Amino acid sequence: MSAAVEETFGGAGRQPFALTAAGIWRNGLLAAGTWFLAAALTYGLPDVIVWGATDAFAAVMLAGAGVFLTLSVTVHRLGGLGRTLVHYGPWFVVLGLWLAAWEVLTAKLGWLPKPFFSPPQGLLHVYVTDWERLLICVAYTGRLWGLGFFSGILVGFAAGVALGWSKRFAYWGMPLLKLIGPVPASAWIPCTFFIFPTTFHASIFLVALASGIPVAILTAAGVGQVNRSFYDVARTLGADNRFLVLKVAIPASLPNVFVGLFMGLYYSFAVLVVAEMLGAKFGLGWYLQFNTAYSAYANVYAALIVMALICAGLVRLLFLVRDRLLGWQKGIL
Amino acid sequence: MSLAIAESPVSRSIALDVEAVSHRYELDGKELQVLDGVSLSIAPGEFVALLGPSGCGKSTLLRLAAGLETPTAGSVREDGRPITAPDPDRILVFQDATLFPWRTVRANVATGLEARGLLRAQAHRIDEVLRLVKLEGFAEFFPHQLSGGMAQRAALARALVNDPKLLLLDEPFGKLDSLTRLRMQNELLDLWKSAGFTALLVTHDVEEALLLADRVIVLSDRPASIVAEVRVDQPHPRRRDDATLVALRRSLLEKLGISHDV
Ligand SMILES: Nc1ncnc2c1ncn2[C@@H]1O[C@H](COP(=O)(O)OP(=O)(O)O)[C@@H](O)[C@H]1O
Ligand SMILES: [Mg+2]
Repeated sequence: MSAAVEETFGGAGRQPFALTAAGIWRNGLLAAGTWFLAAALTYGLPDVIVWGATDAFAAVMLAGAGVFLTLSVTVHRLGGLGRTLVHYGPWFVVLGLWLAAWEVLTAKLGWLPKPFFSPPQGLLHVYVTDWERLLICVAYTGRLWGLGFFSGILVGFAAGVALGWSKRFAYWGMPLLKLIGPVPASAWIPCTFFIFPTTFHASIFLVALASGIPVAILTAAGVGQVNRSFYDVARTLGADNRFLVLKVAIPASLPNVFVGLFMGLYYSFAVLVVAEMLGAKFGLGWYLQFNTAYSAYANVYAALIVMALICAGLVRLLFLVRDRLLGWQKGIL
Repeated sequence: MSLAIAESPVSRSIALDVEAVSHRYELDGKELQVLDGVSLSIAPGEFVALLGPSGCGKSTLLRLAAGLETPTAGSVREDGRPITAPDPDRILVFQDATLFPWRTVRANVATGLEARGLLRAQAHRIDEVLRLVKLEGFAEFFPHQLSGGMAQRAALARALVNDPKLLLLDEPFGKLDSLTRLRMQNELLDLWKSAGFTALLVTHDVEEALLLADRVIVLSDRPASIVAEVRVDQPHPRRRDDATLVALRRSLLEKLGISHDV
């Protein structure tokens, strides 16, 4: 037993491909076990309060257990995907335990009561019954976020380069940026209503502001910190100002720009709820507020999970872009 | 006569005149006098070495000649015209290689051609100079993957690809191991003979100065002024145990304030 525990919790880092000699993925078996436990508890014990999708949740957990059981003998044939699955093996084991505990504490014992808490089948019920509306909300939020984020980082990047490069820009711009930076997004709502023709434009502006400001600040700092010798070298080689900005200042400050992009990505998600307060008809932020107002917390949690997954996916994507562009940094960092 | 000059390799080199140059840096409101009345004339195609204690202002003199700074007093001229701005005809190879870390070796070497819009026409030169500094196998490497010596050679290639008329070298071989150093010294000498540029080399190595240069100039402690000037007439290739060179080395070391038994 202790060997299994050691492999599950301590061994993952040391042996990324934790397979036994017989080719059985031990963590896969354990995950199948914990998921089956969750399924059995869900199905076997009575609910204190009725929730919609108890049987469906038990079925999902059972299916998961089946999948892990199959994977425990076939995972080594899956190549790269298999290695990733094996890497996250301990997570799958704990996820099963966690879902089982969540199930018992909410639906079976009622220690975490309605309406503030929801058992897993409550969330599942939301996805099953309200998926169409959620999908529409994802699309609306995607449009708002895409327009806001990309216009924000574009303007933020250009402003950051100008602020870092030109002393005159920095003289007037830096104090303004420092003043605007900490102002919470909701404080802008009154003037955005006045300035922008539609509430949609105002919402885009709020998202753009949230994502653009960290990009501008970090880009300006990055351009300002560029080693002066790089400019000297480029100038002796015949570079004009345009070359110095485009081919020296910008690539040299790109690591900083990416820090700003990551911050901007997080802030842009945090501001979505506020941005969709401005009379939006759909959207994840709107969905959160709407359901909070009706104390439909299961819907709130369900939407939060969707948002978190989308944000994590975008962060992952940004990491890929960064590794692509900043390959030259390997070994420096 | 004038026609002969136009056609000879002299046209690929320039005369550098440093006239009564003094230079001060401003540091936290305090003035730091670095050069004090330095006068120096370098003929087209001449190879001059600068020796001096560290911190005396050698790099500063090269920055003035490159046009990266203008002197507080006096004038620096190329072929009689004042030097006011950097120009790819006068290239400075910095003390640290200062390669652009985000560019491969090839892209680093290409910088000068790219900046002047000559990349398309002269791309073949990149491979030539990479072969010259023995880095042809490392063209796609990034600077962090190079040794100190390789980085210094890449920096040299980045200068040479522009066919400079004045090559300013700031302790370019300081970081090389002694074997590579010897080879690079010979390469530089061959290059200087064939390309015919004017060379001004800062070094802390008396032997290196004597092996390479037509003239060795010794600077004093900061603020630097010229304390000695030695002509070296020995033909190349020079032997380091040549009696004349050994005698010159001894007298130069003395002028640098180091006793005989070194
Ligand atoms: N940009 C600068 N600002 C202020 N002081 C400088 C600057 N560059 C060099 N110095 C100072 O000038 C002196 C001479 O520097 P440098 O020319 O690099 O000496 P060397 O190359 O002979 O070692 C040093 O004391 C150095 O600290
Ligand atoms: Mg120096």
